[in-house]
Amino acid sequence: MTAQVITLSSGKGGVGKTTAVANIAVALAADGLKVVCIDGDIGLRNLDVVLGLENRIVYDVVDVIEGRCKLRQAMIRDKHLTGLYLIPAAQTRDKTAVSPSDMVRVCNELRPDHDYILIDSPAGIERGFRNAIAPADRVFVVTNPEISAVRDADRVIGILEAEEKRNPALIINRLNPALVKQNDMLSAEDVLDLLGIPLIGIVPEDQSVIIGSNHGTPVAQDPRSRAGQAFRNIARRLRGQEVPFLGMEKQSGLWDRLQKITGRRA
Amino acid sequence: MNWFGRQRSGSRAKERLQLVLIHDRTDLTSEELRELKDEILEVIARHVDFDSDAVQIAVEHDGRSQRLVADIPLRSVTRRRAE
Repeated sequence: MTAQVITLSSGKGGVGKTTAVANIAVALAADGLKVVCIDGDIGLRNLDVVLGLENRIVYDVVDVIEGRCKLRQAMIRDKHLTGLYLIPAAQTRDKTAVSPSDMVRVCNELRPDHDYILIDSPAGIERGFRNAIAPADRVFVVTNPEISAVRDADRVIGILEAEEKRNPALIINRLNPALVKQNDMLSAEDVLDLLGIPLIGIVPEDQSVIIGSNHGTPVAQDPRSRAGQAFRNIARRLRGQEVPFLGMEKQSGLWDRLQKITGRRA
Repeated sequence: MNWFGRQRSGSRAKERLQLVLIHDRTDLTSEELRELKDEILEVIARHVDFDSDAVQIAVEHDGRSQRLVADIPLRSVTRRRAE
């Protein structure tokens, strides 16, 4: 077993990176894979609350790096999924406490015993982002179909190109199909055309995501959630499975009709 | 366009982004691009006669790469003589 390291990044804050990390991790672990999530946002940790693990934190990633605990001791096991672990960010330190080579070292120690390591990058394009992408085998760029989020995603993609971080892929989060239909929102095709990198997932705007965060239970575990289905599809594509993209509303509408006929959901 | 003759905001967002991303990626402002065009045309005008109304010079994007595309229709010598 040699884990693949995937970093989720966005440039702009608030586009749903942490939610995406939590949900993809949950979807992978629900399929029986061994997954570690690392919160890369030192000083502003949040992956713990989204996963519902905030009360179990004893040690964090900075404790590991500075030798105050063993890596194992900082890994918090999920309440429900046996293969899922979180390494939380330090809350009382800043990003200068971690270097890119520290992140590479932590990931190399985790690789032999896991299938996937997912890193939640902080917003911005400075040190924290550099730390988060340093060990990455792949980077997923998360954006919203919204003008400032797309612009910042383009900056991040430009930096990844310059750093020769190969094959970034795009997650379009919070797409509102009704707004796209009336041409008051950038469509998935528009965003793909502008950013010019391959797509790994389209996640529709869905109230259940906030409700899931409120409970500390990511929606990927909810079979009725449309966003949850979209995150499960991303996890399957990551594993190399062919899963059709849904919610490309500007297209023929044939898919919508097919879905209605077959009763399948997004 | 909607009923009021105003462009829908989705299309407007895409157009604006296309321009912003060209500038972000090439570090070329629209003012600099205008100067660049003027200089290119100045050089070309020294050598050949062209139809300045039909000139098109723009940065186009093709996936992740940008190219400066110039379409400059030349006037033929015979037409010039006839004028």
